[in-house]
Amino acid sequence: MLEKLIARSLSGFIHLLTGSRAFWSEALAPAPRVYYGNHSSHGDFVLIWSALPAALRKQARPVAAAEYWRRGALRRYLIRRVFHGVLIEREAEHRNEDPIALMAAAIESGSALILFPEGTRNMGDGLLPFKSGLYHLANQCPKLELVPVWLENIKRVMPKGRLIPLPLLCTAHFGAPLRLAEGEDRHAFLERARDALLALAPEAA
Amino acid sequence: MITLPALRDPAVELFLGIGAVLLIATVVGRVLAWTTQPAKRATIDNLNARINAWWVMALLVGIAFAFGKSGVLVLFFLVSLLALREFITLLPTRSGDYWVLVAAFYLVLPIQYVLVGIEWYGLFSIFIPVYGFLLLPILAAGGGDTTRFLERAAKVQWGLMICVFCISHVPALLALRIAGYEHRNLLLIAFLVIVVQSSDVLQYVWGKLCGRHLIAPKLSPSKTWEGFAGGIASATLLGGLLWWITPFPFWGALVMALVINLMGFLGGLVMSAIKRDRGIKDWGHMIEGHGGVLDRLDSVCFAAPVFFHLTRYFMT
Repeated sequence: MLEKLIARSLSGFIHLLTGSRAFWSEALAPAPRVYYGNHSSHGDFVLIWSALPAALRKQARPVAAAEYWRRGALRRYLIRRVFHGVLIEREAEHRNEDPIALMAAAIESGSALILFPEGTRNMGDGLLPFKSGLYHLANQCPKLELVPVWLENIKRVMPKGRLIPLPLLCTAHFGAPLRLAEGEDRHAFLERARDALLALAPEAA
Repeated sequence: MITLPALRDPAVELFLGIGAVLLIATVVGRVLAWTTQPAKRATIDNLNARINAWWVMALLVGIAFAFGKSGVLVLFFLVSLLALREFITLLPTRSGDYWVLVAAFYLVLPIQYVLVGIEWYGLFSIFIPVYGFLLLPILAAGGGDTTRFLERAAKVQWGLMICVFCISHVPALLALRIAGYEHRNLLLIAFLVIVVQSSDVLQYVWGKLCGRHLIAPKLSPSKTWEGFAGGIASATLLGGLLWWITPFPFWGALVMALVINLMGFLGGLVMSAIKRDRGIKDWGHMIEGHGGVLDRLDSVCFAAPVFFHLTRYFMT
């Protein structure tokens, strides 16, 4: 109950601050799905999460870096109880759990994931190269749909390392879902997914 | 304590009049929508969206007026905030501008409205042009990023001048002490807003009815000589006919309305030039059918300070 209220207030706050608007290339029904977006701010997943229609929002869970979100009681509470995040360990050498297995288990249990395949917040323009997790996940879950989501301007609202958010207008552009093709290799697939996301960016990027 | 306003109160009469005009517009719009074939409906649909938005805007202004000075201050503070948000969103800044923008949104904007609220004319009329102008570039220099430095500093200053300084001159009209016009300054705001907005609407109507020759094809694809002449003339006449809510005689109100309308028109051209340069049609999407807050207020921005200073010079 309290968690729902916090989630609602956070997304309401982001909406009020950024006047966020969502553009869809097609209407989507709940399905095994990953929303993957460009990553530049901690507000990113809240923006995607709150842009989703209620039916899709219920099944959506953000994939977040365990190293960051396990530090401090407030972060742990927010990511676990409020947003039901799937925590993965980014650094392979200090890993106890396989991130792909964790994400695949969440998909199989009926969740949709919000994922940022750049792996870190991007300070520049455009997109960093994608990590291969997106491919491995699509490989493990054959029916998986991947929906690119380009987030515009949120980088300026909450720049990395800053505390006070700025009121600037943000938009989320949802593209058409794509799937791993028969026999498509890792490199080609990641390139295709990355191009599909970049294609949603307005002219400048 | 709540006192019910008398029906004969000019402000109430004005709002009843605006309600009547909107009612007629709504009926006409619906009839046009029924009688027009769906394929040709785009203009009519936009017209009806605009009329619906007018109801909401008139209601918001009415509510603000009911709360008197504080209501008007809060309304225009929020309007400035929304306008500045649209302006800065569309003019790219860099990460080195972070503290400049924090100061612009969270210090300069509220301080300007506090100064207007306490009616400190000597400071609110120079706060942004002098102190903002000098202090914000200092913060920008502190950001350590020299790329397009002057351009970035100019953009933020321009945004504050248009969206905060100029718009705050609407509530600042409440600070004018005009002999024989005590406690009626809200009507001065009503006069300005009605004249500017009706000028926009009448230019649109005249332009749609008989607009042929573009007045500034490079700046605006919709402003025509016919719309300009018809709109300005009829809105100026309307302003003259509203002399009874102003401290001016009929001719004074007519001239004031003409100045307001010309400034509003030229302001619209300037704001169009900025939009064309950025390759956009509207500043935002907040007001259905109209675009953003700045699309509706561009003419008010340019008219308000001039109207304020002319009134102050001649009437106080």
